[in-house]
Amino acid sequence: MGGGWLSRWPVIRQLKGEDGRGRAARSARTDALRPRVEDADTVARSVCPYCAVGCGQLVYVKDGKVTQIEGDPGSPISRGRLCPKGAASKQLVTHPGRQTKVLYRRPYGTEWEPLDLETAMDMIADRVVRTRRETWQQTHEGHEVRRTLGIAGLGGATLDNEENYLMKKLYTALGAIQVENQARI
Amino acid sequence: MAEQRMGFFTDTTVCIGCKACEVACKEWNDVPDDGFVFRATSYDNTGALGASTWRHVAFVEQDGRWLMSSDVCKHCTNAACLDVCPTGALFRTEFDTVVVQADVCNGCGYCVPACPYGVIDRREDDGRAWKCTLCYDRLRGGMEPACAKACPTKSIQFGPLDELRERAAKRVERLHAEGTTQARLYGANPDDGVGGTGAFFLLLDEPETYGLPPDPVVTTRDLPAMWRWAGGAALALAAGVAACFAGRKP
Amino acid sequence: MAECHPVGYQWVMEARARGAKVFHVDPRFSRTSATVDRYLAIRAGTDIVLLGALINYVLSNGLDFREYVLAYTNAATLVNGDFRDTEDLDGLFSGFDEETGRYDPSTWAYEGDVPEEEEPVEGGGHHAEAAGSDSYGARGAGASASPPSDPTLTDPRCVYQILKRHYSRYTPEMVEELCGIPPERFHELAEAVTANSGRERTTAWVYSVGWTQHSVGVQYIRAAAILQLLLGNMGRPGGGIMALRGHASIQGSTDIPTLFNLLPGYIAMPHAHRHDGLDHYLEQEGADTGWWGNRRAYVVSLLKAWWGDAATEDNDYRFDYLPRLTGDHGHYATVMGQIDGTVKGYFVVGENPAVGSANGKAQRLGLANLDWLVVRDLMLVETATFWKDAPEIETGELRTGEIGTEVFFLPAASHVEKEGTFTNTQRLLQWREKALDPPDDCRSDLWFYYHLGKRIRQRLGDDEIDRPVTELTWDYPEIGAQRDPDAAAVLREINGTAADGRPLASLRELKPDGSTSCGCWIYCGVYADGVNMAARRTPHTEQGPVALEWGWAWPANRRILYNRASADPQGRPWSERKKYVYWDGTKWTGPDVPDFEEDKAPDYRPQEGARAQDALAGTDPFIMQSDGRGWLFVPSGLADGPLPTHYEPHESPVRNALYGQQANPARRTIDRPENPYNPALSPRFPYVYTTSRLTEHHTTGAMSRPLPYLAELQPEAFCEVSREMAEEIGLENGDWATIVTARAAIELRVLVTGRVRPLRLNGKVVHQIVMPYHWGYSSGGVVTGDVVNDLPSIVLDPNVYIQESKAGTCDVLPGRRPRGRALLDLIERYRDG
Repeated sequence: MGGGWLSRWPVIRQLKGEDGRGRAARSARTDALRPRVEDADTVARSVCPYCAVGCGQLVYVKDGKVTQIEGDPGSPISRGRLCPKGAASKQLVTHPGRQTKVLYRRPYGTEWEPLDLETAMDMIADRVVRTRRETWQQTHEGHEVRRTLGIAGLGGATLDNEENYLMKKLYTALGAIQVENQARI
Repeated sequence: MAEQRMGFFTDTTVCIGCKACEVACKEWNDVPDDGFVFRATSYDNTGALGASTWRHVAFVEQDGRWLMSSDVCKHCTNAACLDVCPTGALFRTEFDTVVVQADVCNGCGYCVPACPYGVIDRREDDGRAWKCTLCYDRLRGGMEPACAKACPTKSIQFGPLDELRERAAKRVERLHAEGTTQARLYGANPDDGVGGTGAFFLLLDEPETYGLPPDPVVTTRDLPAMWRWAGGAALALAAGVAACFAGRKP
Repeated sequence: MAECHPVGYQWVMEARARGAKVFHVDPRFSRTSATVDRYLAIRAGTDIVLLGALINYVLSNGLDFREYVLAYTNAATLVNGDFRDTEDLDGLFSGFDEETGRYDPSTWAYEGDVPEEEEPVEGGGHHAEAAGSDSYGARGAGASASPPSDPTLTDPRCVYQILKRHYSRYTPEMVEELCGIPPERFHELAEAVTANSGRERTTAWVYSVGWTQHSVGVQYIRAAAILQLLLGNMGRPGGGIMALRGHASIQGSTDIPTLFNLLPGYIAMPHAHRHDGLDHYLEQEGADTGWWGNRRAYVVSLLKAWWGDAATEDNDYRFDYLPRLTGDHGHYATVMGQIDGTVKGYFVVGENPAVGSANGKAQRLGLANLDWLVVRDLMLVETATFWKDAPEIETGELRTGEIGTEVFFLPAASHVEKEGTFTNTQRLLQWREKALDPPDDCRSDLWFYYHLGKRIRQRLGDDEIDRPVTELTWDYPEIGAQRDPDAAAVLREINGTAADGRPLASLRELKPDGSTSCGCWIYCGVYADGVNMAARRTPHTEQGPVALEWGWAWPANRRILYNRASADPQGRPWSERKKYVYWDGTKWTGPDVPDFEEDKAPDYRPQEGARAQDALAGTDPFIMQSDGRGWLFVPSGLADGPLPTHYEPHESPVRNALYGQQANPARRTIDRPENPYNPALSPRFPYVYTTSRLTEHHTTGAMSRPLPYLAELQPEAFCEVSREMAEEIGLENGDWATIVTARAAIELRVLVTGRVRPLRLNGKVVHQIVMPYHWGYSSGGVVTGDVVNDLPSIVLDPNVYIQESKAGTCDVLPGRRPRGRALLDLIERYRDG
């Protein structure tokens, strides 16, 4: 058999190939296949954000994008394994439905409006200061209480310890005592 | 083949039905979602293996028992899908696994009816055929397939097929000794209709119970003879093609 | 556990492969039930009957681990002669005030202990006032270090005899009548638990919110604690009571609490009526013996961490800067404050009360009555979008154009876009490296609160009320273009420093004189020697099974708490097989960090008047307790009794067969129009419901419903019902059902399954319906569904104010629910009978 289309007909190639239906059928793309994690610029050692087992995760980043999240085999807790939620972590951080812009709904408004992050931060700070002053309780039933019941907070239990710490510290200094967490619920 | 034959041993007796395999597979292989349909069939809402579900966990509710089993492409010893593929999109890798090359597949679909397990399937939007690659790219880098790595209870085990078969036989022996007499292997027999599978299973009931064909036979078993006949009839091309087949052990 | 903590469950599967026998007790046949040796279906809300019967089985058959019980528990301790048990008072303990619904716990005290001073607060006994038990339990409130005791355990006033009598009617027959578990199944469990306890073996109990979300939730855990103490299963390898917590750092969220009643490290928030100044507060808050005896060092170091140089001995270290509590300021009280208009501004951070909290409608009515609301999350959760798509908009109860709440939605950074620590369910802190910057406006909560704090400080002047904020230490290094505060610097502050700025290595270095600062005393040591111990990652293959070099567990990197109890009183391992921490003649040693002073010999006996840990003997392993003992009987600190007692859920179709008292007498109800209750034993609500989770989703779905890979696996809200119940009502598999309570009516798809079975309670058949609660109305999710948490009422455990969402009553109708006004009519018909 010489050249021409017949020799390239895959069934011929597969059947006559020195390694049967294997090597001869491979495309150039197939030949170049490697696990994409090999190309990662960085690998971060992380922890799954779902339940409290605390499975180790390795987060692979290439060109500023997360390319893979999978189990950390070194973890004595998880030994590299993940459940469906943990295994879906890449989608958690990259899915198109993720909201990445500040949104604002004015009182009695019917739609969201865009808002600049810095402006939002200033507006929120203004409201905290104003509400705190307006609702300040120096005493209650004759006792010093130094607090506001006008500002409350509720946190989820995926907050980092450092975040909870700053939250509790700031709220307490402000006199806001209705500070709660999923941990009670 | 230069490398050892690699495969999956799925021990359904320790499967907890978490579906980590389904998700880990999709994340790694960028498989699209398969629709959002509540099927009211126990906890199974993906239904079956298909172009966009390469691992599928079956849930079988029986009296007092809830069987779970993660199904996958069997990577047959005698793979009909590969036999009928006219483009060479399907090929056998150095790990003796069967893989579709998306850049070669032209969507002819011959492979779909050829599979005795109903595994390989065409995706409606792009028409091409898709199935488990046993994470061929990962294997090339010395990594294990995504599903096996994620599996929390190691119901899905990856490794050299010989070792897996040995391990599985011991596991069955132990289960039998403990009184679990229904334990049996599926796909571990090299003399079965597909020459044994690269992905085999330990089941606790008849294969049909899990939606698996009880006695799968490679649909192209008689293909070499057919080709020989066809070759003889087609004068100009006969010599070359027949020579090819003749040079090959059936 | 297989269902909600699948990767942790690998260890259960492994133990099982090595011969461990595993039981699963649950109203619902889950993926866990499918993979254990024995599944026991139980009626939701009756676990104390089962646990009480196990306690009774142990006591009446003399199967307790007597040497352990005598040495390490308060079994021999004598209790006040005026104490009256529920056996005497038909379901009440002594001290109950019918009018206020509160207990005065003074008669529960140990013999000879002076009852605590009564405080002039509303409702009498102050214990129930500030969810105090959350901290009381931890700090071992008010009992003497060596109360009178009877080591023969025969005195009718000793704890052992009180316990025996209290549980004498918790029999296998009662288990069948109330739980629906047949006697032969109970015996199988009882025999397995007792056979696998003792010197050579241990049994572990694992629970989750199926035990806590009840009007008597704290006592569920207490009941397990009693059983485990009697069997000698605490502080030993393979023993314990494991709380499987459902969120990545829910343990951390209580350790460094964003909870109203606590300061970091389980230190109680000061109370306006109880505490005058630092000294008085410290006097009131706990015993002087045991490790809580060092609390001045913990509190002063915390105040120094927060107010730095402004906190001096002369000004009580700014103790007066701490705002004061006056009662319950918990989540549900806050929601009522919103409805009443006292709460004006609300921050919701990574949480979704519109879907996740009991009585969702009350939550949303509260949100609709705020001045301003800040929601921070990865997706537009229902709490952010309620003003346009809440169910109340459809019914006409709320109109978008009439809701005055100003809403700020701020997108959050994901777990890979920030660094910091989670504390897992085993108290293990693990540092996460940051993989990349968050996109667009997404920021971490650390960024948000730090920069918000800066802005607030800029806006404050020199008013007296502003000084707690302006004097606050708030100078963290800023990193990168987004000016993230340095999380490691925050962790260093939490760890604490000596006067010279050196990071502290151990909580034992904390000083009461203001020379040390520490943001959370139990975390002291996480930055020992300036090393971030939580970031340590020695692979498990390169260290022993205790894996001390992976992350860091509080306190002091101990992996098993109270592990002194893993050795006998003389310090010898109870057995070679269960050898763990032991006395080698000069020190305590073993594969874990000993939870004891390393050089305190087993024969150490405290001198008269000794304080803190010095007051505990070398044989007292429970070092946080004032007497160093495991408390079978709790003399103070609980709002609803010293011993766990079965009470029916607030809403139950079954009469309490044990006592005339139907439900927990001290439970907290909120009797308001927004929170109507189903009457107990009402034929209008004949079915028992419980709520649940699925492997494929997470809580209210904010981290799972927007993800196609998870949403496709469980795309619709559904309920699980038995074939018998389906037939009785006319439910079709795959079709719809409408579930009704006095609060709400919702529609769910129906999954008819043989996994759910009707329970037979002495001839009476009770049907249970199981509902995963992951769905909501926001289109931020790929899949949506009705809100299951709209069904439960707000009725609370009196100790910790957790809601009873795991057991209630409902009616079930075939088909979809009505829409609009007709939906309200349906609910009203049920409510008004």
